[in-house]
Amino acid sequence: MIAALFFYLFAILSVASAAMVIIAKNPVHAVLFLILTFFNAAGLFILLGAEFLALLLIIVYVGAVAVLFLFVVMMLDVDFAELKAGFIKNAPVGALIGGIVLAELALLFLVHGFDFGAAGSVQSAMPSTGSGIDNTTALGRLIYTKYVYFFQAAGLILLVAMIGAIVLTLRHKEGVKRQSIPVQNARNPKTAIEVLEVPTGGAILPSTEGQG
Amino acid sequence: MEIGLGHYLTVAACLFTLGIFGIFLNRKNVIIILMSVELMLLAVNINLVAFSHFLNDLTGQVFALFVLTVAAAEAAIGLAIIVVYFRNRGSIDVDEINMMKG
Repeated sequence: MIAALFFYLFAILSVASAAMVIIAKNPVHAVLFLILTFFNAAGLFILLGAEFLALLLIIVYVGAVAVLFLFVVMMLDVDFAELKAGFIKNAPVGALIGGIVLAELALLFLVHGFDFGAAGSVQSAMPSTGSGIDNTTALGRLIYTKYVYFFQAAGLILLVAMIGAIVLTLRHKEGVKRQSIPVQNARNPKTAIEVLEVPTGGAILPSTEGQG
Repeated sequence: MEIGLGHYLTVAACLFTLGIFGIFLNRKNVIIILMSVELMLLAVNINLVAFSHFLNDLTGQVFALFVLTVAAAEAAIGLAIIVVYFRNRGSIDVDEINMMKG
């Protein structure tokens, strides 16, 4: 009874905040509603007994992805009001496509029903409640044995994403003085000292370049 | 009332449809489009975890973990591309992204 109550709470809140994500005028509000959606989805995950994934969702999405979105929204000086133009014009097409997808999903479930085959194999079966193995342990046992190569590949994907994001956004500004250790180490008296013959009674103005 | 697989699939279907709707509704704003894609991936994750629970098979949760990884990587790369694009063009209007058109 309590579980059903919480399910409806999380479900209604997540769908409502997802709707607010796409219709919010201010993109900062949209990001905040996205965070609310993820929190409620994490609640649904906990109801399903996937505690590890629920907390991972909060850490990864709220802690990293949503903050990244927030940074980008605040950093870019975009005229969002202008981007809102055509909002109403596009609505019928979107409603049509969305309605078609929803109808397809509903039809699938109505025709097929919710009976999707037998329980899983023994190797990846979920531990029973009384066995003393919690969700995180069971998931770890599976990830580090049967799916270890996929796990490594996931790490590789994250590495590539990190390198890609840095390479894309790193830029060298022109006109910024930087320290170059090899150039400094390569200095010797020949390149650092200039001996000038000053004529008697004359003067030589210092050259403006090559003083670094 | 017992909460079954169908309830969770309904929530996920609603979220997925909202994601698709959001892409069409905010056709000009890349940031909102990326958020809609995140919503759709979240719906897929809910489906995977729900099936994992009701079929008593942990593989669905492992899959959801990998989907989460890919979603995070995609968001990072996508936002980096948006930042670079904004530096070059001073706008993130999707309609104007036609630099590579011949």
